[in-house]
Amino acid sequence: MPPKSGRAASRGAQPHLGEALPIERKLELYYWMRLTRTLEERLVALYRQTKVVGGLFRSLGQEADAVGSCYALEQRDVMSPLIRNLGAMLVKGATPVEVLKQYMAKGDSPTRGRELNIHFGDIGEAGKTRGFLGQISPLGDMVPVMTGVTMTFKMRGEDRVGLVYVGDGATSTGAFHEGINFAAVQQLPLVVVIENNGYAYSTPTSKQTAAAQFVDKAIGYGVTGEQCDGNDVLAVYDCTKRAVDRARAGEGVQLLEFMTYRRKGHAEHDNQSYVPDGEIERWAAENDPIDRFVRVLLDREKVAQATLDEIDARVAKEVDAATDIAEASPFPEPLDAMIGVYADPPVEKPLWFREGADVSKLGKERAEGWGTFDAKGGK
Amino acid sequence: MAEITYLEAIREALDEEMARDHNVFLLGEDIGAFGGAFKVTEGLMKKYGEQRVIDSPISEIGIVGAAAGAAHMGMRPVVEMQFIDFIANAYDMLTNYVATARYRAFLPTPMVVRGPSGGYVRGGPFHSQNPEAGFIHTPGLKVVYPATAEDAKGLMKAAIRDDDCVLFFEHKYLYRRIKGVMPAGDHVVPIGKARTAREGRDVSIITYAATVHKSLEAAEKLAAEGIDVEVIDLRSLAPLDDEAIFNTVRKTNRVLIVHEDTRTGGIAGEITARINESCFAYLDAPVLRVTAHDIPLPYAPQLEDFVLPQVDDIVTAVRRLVGW
Repeated sequence: MPPKSGRAASRGAQPHLGEALPIERKLELYYWMRLTRTLEERLVALYRQTKVVGGLFRSLGQEADAVGSCYALEQRDVMSPLIRNLGAMLVKGATPVEVLKQYMAKGDSPTRGRELNIHFGDIGEAGKTRGFLGQISPLGDMVPVMTGVTMTFKMRGEDRVGLVYVGDGATSTGAFHEGINFAAVQQLPLVVVIENNGYAYSTPTSKQTAAAQFVDKAIGYGVTGEQCDGNDVLAVYDCTKRAVDRARAGEGVQLLEFMTYRRKGHAEHDNQSYVPDGEIERWAAENDPIDRFVRVLLDREKVAQATLDEIDARVAKEVDAATDIAEASPFPEPLDAMIGVYADPPVEKPLWFREGADVSKLGKERAEGWGTFDAKGGK
Repeated sequence: MAEITYLEAIREALDEEMARDHNVFLLGEDIGAFGGAFKVTEGLMKKYGEQRVIDSPISEIGIVGAAAGAAHMGMRPVVEMQFIDFIANAYDMLTNYVATARYRAFLPTPMVVRGPSGGYVRGGPFHSQNPEAGFIHTPGLKVVYPATAEDAKGLMKAAIRDDDCVLFFEHKYLYRRIKGVMPAGDHVVPIGKARTAREGRDVSIITYAATVHKSLEAAEKLAAEGIDVEVIDLRSLAPLDDEAIFNTVRKTNRVLIVHEDTRTGGIAGEITARINESCFAYLDAPVLRVTAHDIPLPYAPQLEDFVLPQVDDIVTAVRRLVGW
């Protein structure tokens, strides 16, 4: 029997699942991390050109925790990201074009200009959907929603696992508590990842909780908990893969804590005046997840620098191509705002003072094909 | 066909829909083994098993959120609020998450949140509220509040089959007081359609839920005075049946809106504004309202009776309209 709660049993003689990955899969992890960082750097450039409509949120320094954890899921599994999980979204099948269009509020973005950044989803039947469920801004809310998603897996006897990300700040919400507690009682195949990156906007973890560490909360919920170095992509993969396997085997909710650090502000507008001097620089110099993984690949795995350069060049080309498509995409038609509040009626009527607005072209037909995805980036 | 109560009609609807569609399931506090605080779900766990009638922790956010997640995946959950007052805990989940899901992310969220609402039962401040006004303001939600046993069953079946989230308010005062004979076969009442509870020429009362019965009682009293009152039972509060509202205004030219909810920000204000925008030329008197006072609902009978609208208040208001 597995432990009912508290720390997962140590690996003992089990192999380290991250280190045991074949080299081509380790290079895939490198590719996803590099793509995440390069895509974000491109978004910064677009933001400075005022082509990003709203705020821009970076995951600089947290790429390993998003990529390594999501890489431990199967295609049929479902993941719900947070604002700094661009890497997880990419691993799960969201495309750079989709992300760029979202940020630029294009009419053929996955949400057709209705929602921002990575707030978009594609869930449903295994094999027919990519299995990610975009979050909403009130933090913690996705935990109970993913409780419902995994409850459905259990009801239908489907061999699928759910994974939901929360930050250190979201653990303070009622939604987090209610979601994980309900899932624990129901013994659902749900992995809850707490990314402890030191800050919730400007609030340091010391003001968020009196608990010494978040993984201790596992005991209170009667679930299995484990903590790992969130900036070591192989350790993150190892820790998550074992948790996913336990959840899939019917061992119930898994609570993971990844120790990481947010090197940028809450969003691009945030000057981080609240961060102690030298802290960011220290993490950048000593604990960058990509630098650390490059060391492992070059020194231990004996990968040639040229191999990494090739991946970097491929990533750059992909981001360039995606940017061209996103930039050329049209903005939404104003009238399209009236479609799809309800399934029935599919179109809202404009108010009397807008009676000149011709909604006749917004017939049922247009509304019906409304929410379908094209993974290649638009219709 | 035997008469059944308003409460039994709701149970019958849940039972029929669970039998018809294996994706329909129930979750809530004490609803399974115990059968619910009011016994609405009695017997259903025994019939459909623990997987489809789920006893949950005390977690309104948790169960509404879980219902949303399950609904995205093709299930049709029906969530019970043990008392509708506790829906306040799930306000974020319903308004920020559920109501927007289809519009912002094309996520279908077919689910029902149901629960005992309303006063006249000496329930005090937290077992008597009418929270509908807090939700009709949110695009993306549908809100229904039946007054009869027939509508309770037919609207519940429609709510479960609807592809959006429907908030289904049940009036606890009516649970065991009101009875009806269910129409044979698959009895579904469309959402968004009002019904004429009583035909009349002189004055229209637009109302819903328990005050439908108060209004009908008032109409009987007024008939003795020669005043012919029409009573419109809205049944659906979102969407509102504008057509039925405007038709009755055009017919009688005098309108009283009655609801048990408090006055300020209550749906009566919205209905008044719509009549004002669309039927101004048909009015022979200002639109009047009889509502609860803007006071938390007190417990003592003498206090509750004073705060909530009573039959005599409705009679007084109608006389005033006729004399305008």
